[in-house]
Amino acid sequence: MQEQTKSVEAEKAKGFDFKKFVGKMGPLLALIVLVILVTVLSPGFIQPNNLLNLLRQVSINAVIAFGMTFVILTGGIDLSVGSILALTGAVTATLLSAGISPVIALLAGIALGSLLGFVNGLLIAYGKAAPFIATLATMTIFRGATYVFTNGNPITGAKMNDSFLFQFMGRGYLLGIPFPIFIMAIVYLVLYLLLHKTTFGRKTYALGGNENAAFIAGVKTKMVTIWIYTISGLMAAIAGIILTSRLSSAQPDAGTSYEMDAIAAVVLGGTSLAGGKGRIFGTLIGALIIGTLNNGMNLLGISSFYQQIVKGIVIIIAVLLDRKSNDK
Amino acid sequence: MKIEMKNISKAFGANKVLEGVDFAVESGEVHALMGENGAGKSTLMNILTGLYGDDGGEILVDGQPTSYSGPLDAEQHGISFIHQEMNNFLEMSVVDNMFLNKEIKNKFGMINEDKMRKQAREYLSKLGTNIDVDKPIGTLSVGRQQLIEIAKSIMTDAKIIIMDEPTAALTENEIEQLFGVVNELKKQGVGFIYISHRMEEIFKIADKVTVMRDGISVNEYMTKDVDMKQLVRDMVGREIGDFYPDRDPHFGKTILSVKNLTEKGVFEDVSFDVHEGEILAFSGLMGAGRTEIMRAIFGIDHYNSGEIYLDGKKVKIKDPESAIKHRIGFLTENRKDEGLILADSLRDNIALPSINGFVKHGLIDDKSVDDFANLLMKRLTVKAMNEQVTAGSLSGGNQQKVVLAKWVGSGSRILILDEPTRGVDVGAKREIYDLMNELTDRNVAIIMISSDLPEVLGMSDKIAVVYEGKISGIVDTKGATQESVMTLATGGADNARAN
Repeated sequence: MQEQTKSVEAEKAKGFDFKKFVGKMGPLLALIVLVILVTVLSPGFIQPNNLLNLLRQVSINAVIAFGMTFVILTGGIDLSVGSILALTGAVTATLLSAGISPVIALLAGIALGSLLGFVNGLLIAYGKAAPFIATLATMTIFRGATYVFTNGNPITGAKMNDSFLFQFMGRGYLLGIPFPIFIMAIVYLVLYLLLHKTTFGRKTYALGGNENAAFIAGVKTKMVTIWIYTISGLMAAIAGIILTSRLSSAQPDAGTSYEMDAIAAVVLGGTSLAGGKGRIFGTLIGALIIGTLNNGMNLLGISSFYQQIVKGIVIIIAVLLDRKSNDK
Repeated sequence: MKIEMKNISKAFGANKVLEGVDFAVESGEVHALMGENGAGKSTLMNILTGLYGDDGGEILVDGQPTSYSGPLDAEQHGISFIHQEMNNFLEMSVVDNMFLNKEIKNKFGMINEDKMRKQAREYLSKLGTNIDVDKPIGTLSVGRQQLIEIAKSIMTDAKIIIMDEPTAALTENEIEQLFGVVNELKKQGVGFIYISHRMEEIFKIADKVTVMRDGISVNEYMTKDVDMKQLVRDMVGREIGDFYPDRDPHFGKTILSVKNLTEKGVFEDVSFDVHEGEILAFSGLMGAGRTEIMRAIFGIDHYNSGEIYLDGKKVKIKDPESAIKHRIGFLTENRKDEGLILADSLRDNIALPSINGFVKHGLIDDKSVDDFANLLMKRLTVKAMNEQVTAGSLSGGNQQKVVLAKWVGSGSRILILDEPTRGVDVGAKREIYDLMNELTDRNVAIIMISSDLPEVLGMSDKIAVVYEGKISGIVDTKGATQESVMTLATGGADNARAN
């Protein structure tokens, strides 16, 4: 009898590990398959230059999506990231054009993004607004503020391009690698540690898994919520700086619908929209899947109209597969 | 109608769940099905109603071999299963819930609400209740929802009704009402399969009782021919000795002192002391305010006035975090909603209240957390493959031990336990009692809220009885009886004085 129970448990253990493996590695396997497919169809894809180009394209979405991962892990959503990106980009560009020191201009942009995220957090934690509604509202407010601030015109200026530091953010190379890729890597590393190795990360999962139980176990749920939206705003600001530097101008409609790509990356990476389950590694893979799709379809000369349809279909397939592996 | 299940076997993969179970029930009797969690009761019932196929054995209905294709088929043939977690649509009205998927339509295919309302009222009045059928079902108490479930069953002309832990969330009054209805329907020829952990109820309501253990049916008795000790022995497969362990308390100094705590309309003028090493039980009817008092002390809910003293010093506990810092732990009555994060691992659940203590250079020291969780799981005999499995995958008793592990691990000196053994099987119950004794031996003070009177009398040193938000008496457990506590709990003492 004892023996029997043991073998049953051993079997269970095996089954469990396999499931875990697929659950963890599913997105990565999908990415590998996709890369092979695109390479076969268009061998130019695998060229180092194209791959670096792809990673640079991915970096903006990835940085936003890393922040979004925290938000979605708590069961929330942040629709305002695209608007925060535009407003912080515009403010940073204006400060630079006015001849303010680039260090101060960049820090001001980052501080503003954090502040806007903080406002989201306040509305959600203390105003008890549903995250979808709160950030839908701030999305249009921040976008409107951007138009007011810029008068609807792009901000460009000779002084902006004078700053080496600012130029470097989006267009620089370090050891032959575009600098935005370094930014993405650093942000990933910091947020990875924050999520998986600090008490803040544990509290994020706890909050998303069961807010009541987390509160009773001593988690300051409101504080954690506010911090998480602040991080999301901060990430949007960093993305805004990369984009503004890359384009050498701040467009008032920059970042429109970027929230959708970020959410897609998080979901493709296997994070549950219900909260409590997911990993930031998955988000990185999700962002790479989206980037590979975009890049691959461009190489294959597929019209951007069709590209949108394909992206949508990929998301649906990912969600269906996820459901299946969760059910069984 | 007579159902006979003979030699039923079932395995999920290599895991044998049922091995030759016999069970029979017929119209006009209440047959209780007892056993620890995981004994196979639910599986047996799911085979009867056709949710699962069986791997061996046969089901005879009135002597004919029968198998139902699923719960709906079983229901149409007069077997109705009332689950513990009722699947009601809380925002929808009583009548809409009752007629869901069975709506009465007029000749234009439109829903005939008047007719449905009339029928719903008829069935409910048969059960001796006049619930407003237009109210959203979520606004009614669980007891009332239970009655509505029974009304639904008789609406489908059920001959046999299966009830799974029907009283788990009912008040004493509601249980009385439920038993009245069961007895009435029994007279009309309805048979019941009654699954329950509560011994007292079995003896009150059941004609027969079958005990299951580890996938076999151990024994069947006429209830009148058997006693509680025998049933417990059958359930756990060994002698548990007395159901409640002996307590040998040594009280230290006063650790917690609550003075005149008041939240208007909820509780009023609540004062009590707890000593090191003491178990103070909070007894009373559900809704008397016991849980609310504890939530206020733990900093979850607000209170208008009153003071809390720890070790003689006045403290202000503004949220659970500060309660934990003062080394108070709170096992809440609803472990799924407030006690556990079901999707998280046992490790993360156990470590959550103490997590700030595991930080080295800003990062969590995972190895220490693993050891910490493992140690506590061993100490509390949590049965699980390892500390990485999710809390949701454990049985009720083991989940409760995980919640306890969390508060033992956080170093609680005062432990508030709200219904610590609800939905927990007999074996695990005893282990929880033993642990309570072990903790009080180490000078931990325990406040135990319980609606289970034998438990209150068996496991406490003092009993504070709450009636309508006020403490109606604090008595020594020695010398207290179920009757004396119940008198205080129902305001009987006040009435006696008034007379």
